[in-house]
Amino acid sequence: MIFLDHNATTPMDGRVIAAMEPFLGKFFGNPSSLYRLGRISRSAIDTARGQVAALAGTDPARVVFTSGGTEANNLAIKGMAGKLPMGTIAIGATEHPSVLAPAEHLRKQGWNVRTLAVDSNGVLLRQNLQALPWADLRFASVMLANNETGVIQEVSAFAEHIRSQGAYLHCDAVQATGKIPLVFDSLGAHLLSFSSHKIHGPKGAGALVIDKSIDVEPLLEGGGQESNLRSGTENVAAIVGFGKACELALAELESRATHCLTLRQQLESGLAHMRGVTVFAENAPRLSNTVQFGLNGIDGEALVMLLDRKGFAVSSGSACASGAGEPSPVLLAMGVDADTAKSAIRVSLGKDNSETDIIAFLVALQTILRI
Amino acid sequence: MKTLYFDTAATTAIAPEVLARMLELLGGECAYANPSSAAHLPGQAAAAVVASARVEIAAELGCEADEVVFTSGATEANNLALRGIALAHAAQGRHLVTSVIEHKSVLACCAALQREGYEVTYLSPNSAGWVEPDAVARALRPDTLLVSLQHTNNETGIMQPIAEVAELAAQAGVLLHVDAAQAVGKFAINLQKIPIDLLSLSAHKFHGPKGVGCLVVRNRRQLRMQPLMHGGGQEFGLRPGTLATHQIVGLSAALSLAAARRATDLAHVGELKRRFLQQLGCLPMQVHGEMARSSPYIVNFSIAGIGSDALINQLRSDLAIASGSACSSGAVEPSYVLRAMGIEGEPLYGAVRLSFSRDHSLAEVSAAVERIGAAVSRMKELEISEVK
Repeated sequence: MIFLDHNATTPMDGRVIAAMEPFLGKFFGNPSSLYRLGRISRSAIDTARGQVAALAGTDPARVVFTSGGTEANNLAIKGMAGKLPMGTIAIGATEHPSVLAPAEHLRKQGWNVRTLAVDSNGVLLRQNLQALPWADLRFASVMLANNETGVIQEVSAFAEHIRSQGAYLHCDAVQATGKIPLVFDSLGAHLLSFSSHKIHGPKGAGALVIDKSIDVEPLLEGGGQESNLRSGTENVAAIVGFGKACELALAELESRATHCLTLRQQLESGLAHMRGVTVFAENAPRLSNTVQFGLNGIDGEALVMLLDRKGFAVSSGSACASGAGEPSPVLLAMGVDADTAKSAIRVSLGKDNSETDIIAFLVALQTILRI
Repeated sequence: MKTLYFDTAATTAIAPEVLARMLELLGGECAYANPSSAAHLPGQAAAAVVASARVEIAAELGCEADEVVFTSGATEANNLALRGIALAHAAQGRHLVTSVIEHKSVLACCAALQREGYEVTYLSPNSAGWVEPDAVARALRPDTLLVSLQHTNNETGIMQPIAEVAELAAQAGVLLHVDAAQAVGKFAINLQKIPIDLLSLSAHKFHGPKGVGCLVVRNRRQLRMQPLMHGGGQEFGLRPGTLATHQIVGLSAALSLAAARRATDLAHVGELKRRFLQQLGCLPMQVHGEMARSSPYIVNFSIAGIGSDALINQLRSDLAIASGSACSSGAVEPSYVLRAMGIEGEPLYGAVRLSFSRDHSLAEVSAAVERIGAAVSRMKELEISEVK
């Protein structure tokens, strides 16, 4: 099986597993316990916090560990809403379901939710900004890189405008993590979400970076762990793995990005020779590992299944929504017509893919098309 | 000298059999995919692993597989149960009943709900450490949505009269949530025999991994609940987020192992506790809570004239024990659980908790007693024993 679905999840890095193993074994203490075994766990979490902060380009004190990206996004959006007077929030049109769904929940509670439109390349429109000011804008949520198309948004340009309204900005950096350089302190967002399993770390860990200027209400109440922002016994081994994955992602950021870009270009030049190919968001700045494309007249989900039988794991869109048979909301937001959107498949590359994988994939695609 | 770990109520070591299953998945070739990636084989393999874990857990607890909602642990399960019911049923009522000796994840969630306009009745335990079913019955009102009562107290090990409370809640048509974090795995819980509507559990309390638990939601299809988080729609829409396959497998493997060993473990741990109390009996000590109702896994006691902080400090490198729950052990506050049982003064400030596991030997228990005895003698000599 050749795995080309790294935006859904990534295989664990052996070095990450090795870092986790002691904390799945002999160092099993509860970090809240005062004796040595507890302090070992506490100190391992502190180390991981530093590793995450280094990748995020911020101070370790800003990092709050969660169970993953979905929880981080929910904590950001519901957490801000809980502390702010009801008003308007602005959400990017192509956000992940874990941002859209909490925003929709707020709408039901009476919040005014406005969508920030994107152009045909999936890039947030500058006109959105000109439409500001909205007198009661409380916060906005804009992703750094899209999970389906890989489109990278110019978050800092938005940040400036949002801040000048006296509002806050959350940025979902789950797909951008480890793929593009990141400096929280100069990005301009107040909140930044991360997930471990998208960067060869374990599932079940993530983080929300929270600027000290903002007050967030917790989702989970209890023992007061994570500075009272996220109660519950810390998932020490997963946090350690997440930290290690961040350290490796930072150290290898350039080499991974260059490697993926070479493969993506190889893939895209192969696709260019096929008839009826549309590469979505082709002209936008994109993550070096992501290509979403469609073949005219071919259903994306059917193609994904045919490729699966030939030993290739790709996706028709986000894993969370896959199997629904609906055209991608991301592509619809870009103005792609429903039929073309239904043809979409997403190839997302990883550091362990090779040129041979791409050749094999292109051959398989050709074979399917000829049948 | 190796530190002896007697704080299994705070957390336990992952059983080797469980760890082996987890490592297979962490490093494995087949099931690392996202279980929600339904369109390809690796995703289906991961989904199948999650599905069979769900079936195993359901079989052990006597519920349906689709009533098991995976969470990041018991804190999240408790929050989901209370908030999920309270918000979804606010139109019928805004009253909840719980006890003052619940875990902080229940108490803090109740406090947050109170700030949002809900009313909470907090029942006190009797001096034996348990909440009397009559007190629960008296607290019920027409607008009561939910009773939340723990199965086994994390500090004293006292088991609450869940069966009686479940019957009376069912008769009154009020939902019952049970925080069974200190009970699942250790004791048989059959949800077919006892009408509990919502049950929280956490894997790391019974030799599974940290970071995973579940909320069992009986009659989930009929029961309206609001999720804490919104997103990709995983876990029947009650708990979105990519499922952590290796952790879920860790939970089911730990539960199956605990079930298979239950009789043996209970007998063993019972003997450990009996011997511990017998041997420590040479010191002037007092055990808190009613022995007949206490879990063999936990003992909470005070030694006359010895403060708990000083004792724990003396034992720091010899014996890992706690003065209360790990969540609050950073604070020097005396136990709110013991205080609610009417324990004050010296016994309150002297209370420490030892908790046992299947991995302890009788020799280790004797060594623990010796170390406590030696620490007490040292403290008496140094006169650092006085209670605050």
